[in-house]
Amino acid sequence: MALRGNLRDFTITQLLNLINLAHKTGALVVEGPGQVAMVAFREGKLAYAQVDQEDSSLAAVLHKANKLNSGQYRSIQQRAAHISDKELGLLLINAGYLSQDDILVNLQQHYTDIVQRLFTWVEGLFHFDIDSLPPDERICIRLDLEDLIIEGSRQMREWEQLQDEIPSLDMALKFTDRPGANLRNINLNVEEWRVVSYINPRNTIKQIAATTKMNDLEIRKIVFGLLQAGLIEITRLEGAAPQAPSVRVFPTQDKEEQKSLVNRLITRIRSL
Amino acid sequence: MQTVKMVVTGPFNAGKTEFIRSVSEIDVVSTERKISSASERKMKEATTVAMDFGRITVDDDLVLYLFGTPGQRRFDFMWEILSEGMLGFIVMVDSSRPETFREARSILETFHAYAPTPYVVAANKQDVKDAWDIEDMRHVLRLDSGVKLLSCVAHDRSSVKAILLELLYSILAKMETGE
Repeated sequence: MALRGNLRDFTITQLLNLINLAHKTGALVVEGPGQVAMVAFREGKLAYAQVDQEDSSLAAVLHKANKLNSGQYRSIQQRAAHISDKELGLLLINAGYLSQDDILVNLQQHYTDIVQRLFTWVEGLFHFDIDSLPPDERICIRLDLEDLIIEGSRQMREWEQLQDEIPSLDMALKFTDRPGANLRNINLNVEEWRVVSYINPRNTIKQIAATTKMNDLEIRKIVFGLLQAGLIEITRLEGAAPQAPSVRVFPTQDKEEQKSLVNRLITRIRSL
Repeated sequence: MQTVKMVVTGPFNAGKTEFIRSVSEIDVVSTERKISSASERKMKEATTVAMDFGRITVDDDLVLYLFGTPGQRRFDFMWEILSEGMLGFIVMVDSSRPETFREARSILETFHAYAPTPYVVAANKQDVKDAWDIEDMRHVLRLDSGVKLLSCVAHDRSSVKAILLELLYSILAKMETGE
């Protein structure tokens, strides 16, 4: 039976576990939130990973890892675009510029980063294609999945906890009214500062995430940290129409009758 | 016959059902089930899975209904339904179980998002030896000074009456300021 379904019913961690136990070979294609990822396996081990059109070439991976500077990267793109990653790798090794280990470690890091990103995808379709293989020009690795599965389980637990703490991304954020709080004296990282710069009761958390190009997990982590630090609080979206109760609160619309009704309730409760 | 309703919410085992039982003139219509989770069963044998329902007849023409929500998150699909049309709500917190304070804060925010009606926070089980001090709870629950955080003993009718009255005073005050 074809291995296909929805991430709502079968998580990435469960899929990796299955691929690992069954020593599967092929490609897992996941259609996530606006992106498609392809992760290839050989006999139950991670071989290759790519998200959409993101450049997973060896030159791009080494440039991202600061093993190649921008000039070298540009030069390779211009002059060596026609050679495969395997050939490029050999050239770099033979030139004494990098070792085989350097290349494999950086590729491994790049592929595992992609798989870890998939752990944050909770919606989307997947299918496992046994005939699909990584592009010939790419370098494959052989990485056991156990560590990734453990990391995935940990992230799932973290995700569930964050969902409990921040149940909805449709709410807005505001700074707490603490006269003593001074953001300039607090050490925030770049990502946190990006989020802080958009905190405004007129922006939903979802809008901030979209603007800062963060996924649900990333934005929830940062918002949770800022909430824990007491810097911000969750608030209703400013300017949004207040939610009109779908059921009437009072049986009458007359203000005086409403007050009378509450006073009757007070009298009755006092007499209990 | 006119009816109004209030909601009593809070984390698991905060004392919501007991609170309603203390003042309801009818036997509380409870939808309790035996607890399946071993850790939760250590605390009590049965829990509310849909709602508790109590009633106080005010006069020939007016009845107050009290709805108690299920405390566990897995039943939170009931919360929004129960919050519809509420006059106000009470958040019950077990003063002796600080591990539930964060959950209480989260429930408070959720209900306030459903409907911006007045609310009070009842620090229940203040008669228990390990109960936290009210002002310490205010700090941990991140309640500003304008929020009523009241001492409560849910099995004591006079204590429950005091909580309901404070909520009604808040409702009246809000009507008078026209907010």
